Amino acid sequence: MKGPPLAAPSYMRTLLFGLWLAASSAFALDAATIDKLAFGDGDEKIAAIAALVAEGDPAAAALLQAAADGELQTSGKRVLIVKGEEGVDAATGAKVSPLPADREDVILNNRVRRELGGAVAALKLISPDSAARLAAAKELSGNADAAMLPLIKKALARETDTEVKQLLELTQATLELKTGTRESRLGAVRTLGLSTNPNTKMLLLGLLEKSKEGSFTEPDEDIRIEAQKSLRALEGRLAWGERAGVLFTSVSLGSILLLAALGLAITYGLMGVINMAHGELIMVGAYTTYVVQNLFRRTAFFDWYPLAAVPAAFLVAALVGMALERLVIRWLYGRPLETLLATWGISLMLIQTVRTIFGAANVQVENPSFMSGGIELFTGVVMPWSRIYIIAFAAFVLFLMYVLLNKTRLGLYVRGVTQNREMASCVGVPTARVDTWAFGLGSGIAGLAGCALSQIDNVGPNLGQSYIVDSFMVVVLGGVGQLAGTVYAALGLGFANKLLEAWQGAVLAKIAVLVFIIFFIQKRPQGMFALKGRALDS
Amino acid sequence: MNSVTGGLSRRLYGPRGWAILALCGIAIFVVMPLLNLAVPAESPFHVSAYWVTLFGKIMCYAIVAVALDLVWGYAGILSLGHGLFFALGGYAFGMYLMRQIGSDGQYRQPMPDFMVFLDWKEFPWQWWNSDSFWWCAMLVIVVPGLLAFVFGYFAFRSRVKGVYLSIITQALTFAAMLLFFRNATGFGGNNGFTDFRRILDIPIATPQTRMALFAFTGATLIATLLLARWLTTSRFGRVLAAIRDAEQRVMFCGYDTVHYKLFVWTLSAVICGIAGALYVPQVGIINPGEMSPANSIEIAIWVAVGGRGTLIGPILGAGLVNGAKSFFTQAFPEYWLYALGLIFILVTLFLPQGVMGLLKKKQ
Amino acid sequence: MKRRIFIKQLAMSAAVAAIGFGSSSLYAQGKTIKVGVLHSLSGTMAISETVLKDVTLMAIEDINAKGGVLGMKLEAVVVDPASNWPLFAEKARQLLTQDKVAVTFGCWTSVSRKSVLPVFEELNGLLFYPVQYEGEELSKNVFYTGAAPNQQAIPAVEYLMSKEGGAAKRWVLLGTDYVYPRTTNKILRAFLKSKGVADKDIDEKYTPFGHSDYQTIVADVKKFAAGGKTAVVSTINGDSNVPFYKELGNQGLKATDVPVVAFSVGEEELRGVDTKPLVGHLAAWNYFMSIKDPTNDAWKKQWAAYAKKKKLAGADKPLTNDPMEAAWIGIHMWKQAVEKAKSTDTDKVIAAMGGQTFKAPSGITSTMDPKNHHLHKAVFIGEVQANGQFNVVWKTKGPVKAQPWSPFIAGNDKKKDEPDGKTIITK
Repeated sequence: MKGPPLAAPSYMRTLLFGLWLAASSAFALDAATIDKLAFGDGDEKIAAIAALVAEGDPAAAALLQAAADGELQTSGKRVLIVKGEEGVDAATGAKVSPLPADREDVILNNRVRRELGGAVAALKLISPDSAARLAAAKELSGNADAAMLPLIKKALARETDTEVKQLLELTQATLELKTGTRESRLGAVRTLGLSTNPNTKMLLLGLLEKSKEGSFTEPDEDIRIEAQKSLRALEGRLAWGERAGVLFTSVSLGSILLLAALGLAITYGLMGVINMAHGELIMVGAYTTYVVQNLFRRTAFFDWYPLAAVPAAFLVAALVGMALERLVIRWLYGRPLETLLATWGISLMLIQTVRTIFGAANVQVENPSFMSGGIELFTGVVMPWSRIYIIAFAAFVLFLMYVLLNKTRLGLYVRGVTQNREMASCVGVPTARVDTWAFGLGSGIAGLAGCALSQIDNVGPNLGQSYIVDSFMVVVLGGVGQLAGTVYAALGLGFANKLLEAWQGAVLAKIAVLVFIIFFIQKRPQGMFALKGRALDS
Repeated sequence: MNSVTGGLSRRLYGPRGWAILALCGIAIFVVMPLLNLAVPAESPFHVSAYWVTLFGKIMCYAIVAVALDLVWGYAGILSLGHGLFFALGGYAFGMYLMRQIGSDGQYRQPMPDFMVFLDWKEFPWQWWNSDSFWWCAMLVIVVPGLLAFVFGYFAFRSRVKGVYLSIITQALTFAAMLLFFRNATGFGGNNGFTDFRRILDIPIATPQTRMALFAFTGATLIATLLLARWLTTSRFGRVLAAIRDAEQRVMFCGYDTVHYKLFVWTLSAVICGIAGALYVPQVGIINPGEMSPANSIEIAIWVAVGGRGTLIGPILGAGLVNGAKSFFTQAFPEYWLYALGLIFILVTLFLPQGVMGLLKKKQ
Repeated sequence: MKRRIFIKQLAMSAAVAAIGFGSSSLYAQGKTIKVGVLHSLSGTMAISETVLKDVTLMAIEDINAKGGVLGMKLEAVVVDPASNWPLFAEKARQLLTQDKVAVTFGCWTSVSRKSVLPVFEELNGLLFYPVQYEGEELSKNVFYTGAAPNQQAIPAVEYLMSKEGGAAKRWVLLGTDYVYPRTTNKILRAFLKSKGVADKDIDEKYTPFGHSDYQTIVADVKKFAAGGKTAVVSTINGDSNVPFYKELGNQGLKATDVPVVAFSVGEEELRGVDTKPLVGHLAAWNYFMSIKDPTNDAWKKQWAAYAKKKKLAGADKPLTNDPMEAAWIGIHMWKQAVEKAKSTDTDKVIAAMGGQTFKAPSGITSTMDPKNHHLHKAVFIGEVQANGQFNVVWKTKGPVKAQPWSPFIAGNDKKKDEPDGKTIITK
């Protein structure tokens, strides 16, 4: 579901507005109702909405739509519909120009907005546009009350689109369960068995409830048997949905871990250097994304900013990494423990630099519109678009890495130096330069990870600190020298984390995973997929 | 050369060393109490409670630094999780201090405040007997020691070393920190332990108690230094240094390196635990932040700045870095992290022997 | 070896000099009154606390421009405890013993306040605490200018239970794992029970500080909501709020279905979030930036000008929020109390604070209760708008007196409505 269902597509709105303008000359809506909608308290507003729905004419529909879109404003005693710079009087439809300066919004709260949603949806059920009808049907499936039953029946009779029809049938069944005849209720219970909505489960459970004395609240036994059957079918379907949900969240977490750890695996495999500033390189990538986003904000192409942010994040992080390598790490060659400490110092300085430039507060990175919302799986399990894109992105980066490491000369050098530095140097590989390039590569990937993370997590100076321990764990678990190790470790940790989380909660899951890794390393210090060297000390 | 033969006739320090140690002892046991307790508050020579607790805290850190130097400088094990043992000692003693609050807490109940707001009616299992001073003192030694022993046994037996060992010590302290942050674990969660009133039924907030704790910490520091010095100048210490430099050869010579490493590792953890127990009443609060990986890495930098493998160096390093921290976070708070980061980088690049190395070179 | 002795001598003399320097600050105190500012300027709480430091400095500048207090200028002593609770205690002690401040404005999280409380009680200092909190505390040395649960949490839940608020029947109590959410949820549970809500209709969940993966939790909320009209009461603190709200938006949990009311989310916390999917979610405070009132307009303008002048981060979009307003009220009431007591002595000022009034930006006249060290505050419930501001959808008719000892916790009926006044050292 993309975007809020209350907003009709723009041509629809202009159509309604046009209708409204046309109709306005013919007749005006009841001024008292409009006043109640604008100035009344909660109950009066809801009564006004019900009255407007009952009228059922296009003028009422347009007014309700305007209210839902937040275009209803008051000025003194007058009620106006204001779209941008143009305004009309809600009661008469006459254009109001110039717009009065002392306009105030009509305040809606959740309750009123809910009623409005239902009302607008009910009126849209008869619209010629199938997408609008689908949105309306979805809205009503969560929000219908008995008064809408006749309207739904009427719409169902004319409905041709199967998806909309299914939704409407379910809604109708939900309503008829409470009010219909025995036959229609039996039919309703059977229809409900086809539902994929978790709310239906509660409805069916309600039918099987026992009162305090032990007797069933639902007197009809046939209905109870049908309800039992439907419930079982429904629960089976819901269980599959939950499994799919866990699978998705695991893969999502795994893809994030993979992105974060890939760069570290390359630099550690190559140079035996654990780069404690790796988290900060992720942060650098995230902040680069923020800056690019700000540059795009003033233009009309805001949604395209990720396309620019990705290479920018890669480049900036790679440059920072290469600078680090040249200035600090290269001098500590062969002293991994000192490198660890030195890179920790670098990470502190990077954090403080970012804090000085951008402030200590988190900065806002807005998702482009194609990354908001998500795909709704059949049973209310939602796969957010942002996470889907990140999974795809991680796979893409992995593919690029594979190609780079296995099909290019640089990749050949990197693999050679990883396996045996001395030998590679003897056969003419420029190890110092390979170090710099590989470090830049690893840092660049960290920047890409930062770019991805900026879409789902806070962007602040401490972003890197949250991911550094996880990155280490993936590298330590997966071993170095092969991409496969990192991939399996990342996915494995993602699964382990999410499965345990469902069982015991996030914190205990994380602790359990850490303890597992600590034990695993005792058994297999070099990780899952390690290169077998010939030196005794490797 | 008589240090090779070992025995009590071995000299730990030369006459100059003993003189300096005596001077420090006088400063700790005579000068400070005079300036704090005897000199009136208005005099410019008065040392306020703030300084007493600050120096006490730094001395606790110095003890930890010496403990880390034992394992890192002399056995070559870079532990980035020593803060965990420090914090465990602190929590063990903290339990006793929390019980000593009695019913004087914010909620005026016989249980610690955090248990009251969690609605617990009885103490969790780990608090058994925690109102006994000797029981908790025993826990201070046993808990870090046992954890270190078990962890070290498995780690050293599997020959995990170098960077991998450092990383999993990080993982260990991180996991423990997450565990202790949970309120359900029973250690006060993010609130930690605070609001202490008494120790051994003596009020804790009086100048006398503070000075006593300060002196006790000073004594522990000197004792730790002497113990470490004795250990490292003995035959044991030589084998340890050999393990640090070339473990394979020591193994081929027939020594069971695991036993040596395990012993010094456990000893180091116990010393850290004791330091933690001394730290808590002086600072007045302990919370799982003490177990954070960043804290443990900072301990390593104290040792690196001072000069590892020298025992005195880490004490200097702890003093210098923490003194700088107190100064910077007051005067130039925005620049403290730059300074600390630079210290890390410059020391590892240019001063691999630390300040002590600098001093030795100047001679 | 001579060097070693020399170094040690140097260190010793440096120490003595430092001591001398520290105590010489006594003599520098002639013409100014020192005021301590104890807020985290780095770490996880910096995003919330930095503005409090700035608004306190603005108030000090404002007071100095109008002639100071008792003819003396105020001098701010700003320290950074870096979201580190032990450091809070240390800095508090430093402010009181080294800098000898007359009053401190500080703290945000209840943990930080509980860390510094023993220090303030031992040294008889004065602390003004501007943030909403869980109650269950009443110290003679602290003035609480933020909301107690009955001035925020309980009215919010009552609103959500009402027809106007959506008539919620099931409740998810979601918080960060520390004293404030734990205690608030304890109070709310007792309150809900007293209104007839069954235990199976209440779900309590906690996440650690800094937690960012809310996928599973939001999915659980959805499942729970299938059982009846559900409302979520969020006491999530700090920057965990951003990923939580993002996840809510992404998973399509709309406010019209499951409203989320938060007690630690204000205009400043929404700065980092895309608020379009969050329209309709709620917050309960004693002040909103969108309140239409001339005092508020003047204050907002003053803040915008100050932020621009000092080039503060976020000055391009200046925001005011409830804790800022509470800090503003606190420092002005302190000034009034000092002038009434004609002294900065802690006990005299405490005695003069009772009954102080101040025209607050929220539009009401704030009153400091004569006895219980809390303000009488009006309660506002606001819904998030697409532009990151809050629409006030409900408010109390006038100020509400604070009940720091919540009547919903057993044993509180025996507690007095005023602080004990006992000092910390007891046998």
